[in-house]
Amino acid sequence: MATVTAEPASPAALALSSRQLRAPRSLGRFLDRWLLPAFTAVAIGYLLIPIAVMILFSFNDYEGKFNFIWHGFSLKGWLHPIDWPGLPNAIGNSLLIAFVSTIIATALGTLIGLSLARYQFRGRGALNGLIFLPMATPEIVMGSSLLTLFVSSALPPLNGIIPRGTLFPLGLTTILIAHVMFNISYVVVTVKARLAGFDRHLEEAAMDLGANEWMTFWKVTFPIILPGVMAAALLAFSLSIDDFVITNFVSGTSNTFPIWVWGIIKNALPVQINVVGSIVFLVAVGGVALTTIVQGRQPRSFR
Amino acid sequence: MAVVDEALSRPSGGGARRRLVAAGPYLLLAPGLLWLIVFFIWPTAQMFLMSVSSGTLDNGFKLSWTTSAYVTALTKFGKQFGNSLFFGGTATILDFLIGFPVAYTVAFRGGRYKNLLLFLVIAPFFTSFLIRTISWKTLLGDEGPILGFLKHVVGIVSPEFTVTGTPIAVVAGLTYNFLPFMILPLYVALEKIDFRLIEAANDLYASRWEAFRRITFPLALPGVFAGSILTFIPALGDYVNATLLGNPQTQMIGNVIQGRFLVLNDYPVAAALSFILMAGILVAVSLYARFLGTEQLTG
Repeated sequence: MATVTAEPASPAALALSSRQLRAPRSLGRFLDRWLLPAFTAVAIGYLLIPIAVMILFSFNDYEGKFNFIWHGFSLKGWLHPIDWPGLPNAIGNSLLIAFVSTIIATALGTLIGLSLARYQFRGRGALNGLIFLPMATPEIVMGSSLLTLFVSSALPPLNGIIPRGTLFPLGLTTILIAHVMFNISYVVVTVKARLAGFDRHLEEAAMDLGANEWMTFWKVTFPIILPGVMAAALLAFSLSIDDFVITNFVSGTSNTFPIWVWGIIKNALPVQINVVGSIVFLVAVGGVALTTIVQGRQPRSFR
Repeated sequence: MAVVDEALSRPSGGGARRRLVAAGPYLLLAPGLLWLIVFFIWPTAQMFLMSVSSGTLDNGFKLSWTTSAYVTALTKFGKQFGNSLFFGGTATILDFLIGFPVAYTVAFRGGRYKNLLLFLVIAPFFTSFLIRTISWKTLLGDEGPILGFLKHVVGIVSPEFTVTGTPIAVVAGLTYNFLPFMILPLYVALEKIDFRLIEAANDLYASRWEAFRRITFPLALPGVFAGSILTFIPALGDYVNATLLGNPQTQMIGNVIQGRFLVLNDYPVAAALSFILMAGILVAVSLYARFLGTEQLTG
């Protein structure tokens, strides 16, 4: 590194430079070896503390309505994980909307990602901008504008255009529409990133060997982009199942899990919130761990 | 393009087929584009029309091109706009100060723990945003693990001391909730840096600080840009933290929009507030992009 110099420096110059360097170097080493790792550890601890609290308090033997103060260990919550009025329905709705919106958004977003990554066409820049906009708009603005659209679809002049009852009243349909809308952009960005390193010669080779476009797509293109599509779908699913702000605007009287939590915490804080949260967390972590292990076992060329 | 060229050069493809291939990209993107136009662009336009309308939810709204909603929005809610800017801005700065050293350490000193560390950074995303905020309420509660300990075991804090219901709790919640959004883009930008550039700077007798200031940090600027936008925008529009961790004095503009839409049914004023928030963010983001000189937002 720095030791290779064209002409040998005089001993005096060397001594001077090493003296100049000594102080910052030891400070730098302290920074590198101790300060930065310690800071990182504390910051990551800060990120994880609320999760630890959530899991810990799922075992709380609390009294009264609010699970705020530690009273002792109990399995009560875990033995009755969905034992609260409205909770099973809310969880069911959350899962249903997450599944359906993930499938629709992944399909629509993957198609846009494909067209953006491999074609030059008029309006490409504008489309890129349009994809970026929903990600740069605060959720509250998207939620309120959707609510405005849905509600005004019941009023003139929109009620003349939109068949009665298609959008308004608010409910599972309007939640689904909103979730697909905010998920499309994330799918496009994820799939596009995967397509960026795509070797087009593979497709040409397939065509040279007599495959038509359809066969080339399913036998070559799709398997290669599949990990990107799966990653996009997982992202969409987790965004959908966790969404509160937009859903709260368009849900009407329907419940999803976050909406149910929001409604109930004004009057009570049941331990079931912690239990369901912990289950979701453990399933997600388990899923990631499993994928990592499976991918780690595959030979390199298949990754 | 190769597929298209190939397909076009095939003698078997007739005129109809050629036209289909030329329309390829538009056919692929049409369904998703339609969804975004109908459920993102149109609602935004509809919201603008609502903001210049008058009337009530029960009697219907009439497009009267009045600006009274904007007058109300701009004159009555200065405090809440101010709170949003101040809390959101403070949280973004704190996130940058916490996030940069973390991203730097993970990117340059992570070694074989890099993936594990990244996983720990995104672990909060596996828990609901609401539940994490409720956890902070538990943690910061007057008799919770932190204050309870300081009050009754250590005794250095007076029993009346409280954090929940103060601006500090709101900023802490915002800082916490959006920290991963700051760390991840910073990490991506830092990880991409060619380490030989830093070595070259060292070879040319730059001090560590000089090398950081003139090589590492400028190359990380796209990450700083993306991270601060991804943190500031959601923090600006948030009302969950202000509701759960704050008090009526710490209400942000999101609280007002939410309340006007869902409780008071005052659609025109709420739409005007929403529209001002969105327009303000768009202007701020484009100015910021020009200031930092990074135009590669969409990748």
